[in-house]
Amino acid sequence: MSANYEDRPRGGGGGYDSDDDQDRRSMGGRGGRRIHRRRVCRFCIDKVDLIDFKDVRLLLNYLPERGKILPRRISGNCATHQRMLAEAIKRARNIALLPYTTD
Amino acid sequence: MFRRLVLETKRQYEVVFIVDPTVDDEVARLTDNFKQVVVDQGGSVTKAETMGKRQLAYEILHKKEGTFVLMEIEGSGREIAELERRMRVNDRVLRYLTVRVDEDRRRAEKLKGRRQAKASKRSAAGSQPRRGAVEFADANGE
Repeated sequence: MSANYEDRPRGGGGGYDSDDDQDRRSMGGRGGRRIHRRRVCRFCIDKVDLIDFKDVRLLLNYLPERGKILPRRISGNCATHQRMLAEAIKRARNIALLPYTTD
Repeated sequence: MFRRLVLETKRQYEVVFIVDPTVDDEVARLTDNFKQVVVDQGGSVTKAETMGKRQLAYEILHKKEGTFVLMEIEGSGREIAELERRMRVNDRVLRYLTVRVDEDRRRAEKLKGRRQAKASKRSAAGSQPRRGAVEFADANGE
């Protein structure tokens, strides 16, 4: 089962990216357009040291419709923050703040 | 000796539990009850607040919403064991989650301190581009 995150229409559900357009460049090519996101870690920019599992609003940005954790290659998070994020999401799931699956 | 040290330092925990919303008026009583348990075991409750009634992301025991309560506890860890046992037994508590936070917080604090130190150093250097150069010049001047 492959979830193709890149083909998702923007703004639907998980707005994990900000609105500035320079973040993405459309690459013309075969089989539809590919969106390249700027590979920067949001959390590094904001200098986040701790990701709280109770901050549902934040975590939801990294949880597309299906409810899976957004991979690093899409979000551009650094390894440290992705780890913290994944941990927080899993905790939030346990306490029913976030879904394990949607459907 | 190291083990002793570890045991002596207080640990901080965050406990979140979900109470059945149909017994809404009991939440405060239940929370007080749990607080008492912690205190009896030698811990201390630094914070206890209700996060309010909210939708559960999935059904737990056929319930779609619950009242979330957050507690912050400081202690050795023994009171957590007792508290968790109580919550497990109590069927008004739909779910609970305990997270030990002191280590992560300390780490965050450290990172923050390091960043600040770096920033202040940078601003102290001012117009001089190289920090090392400044220090050397000072040493020679004396």
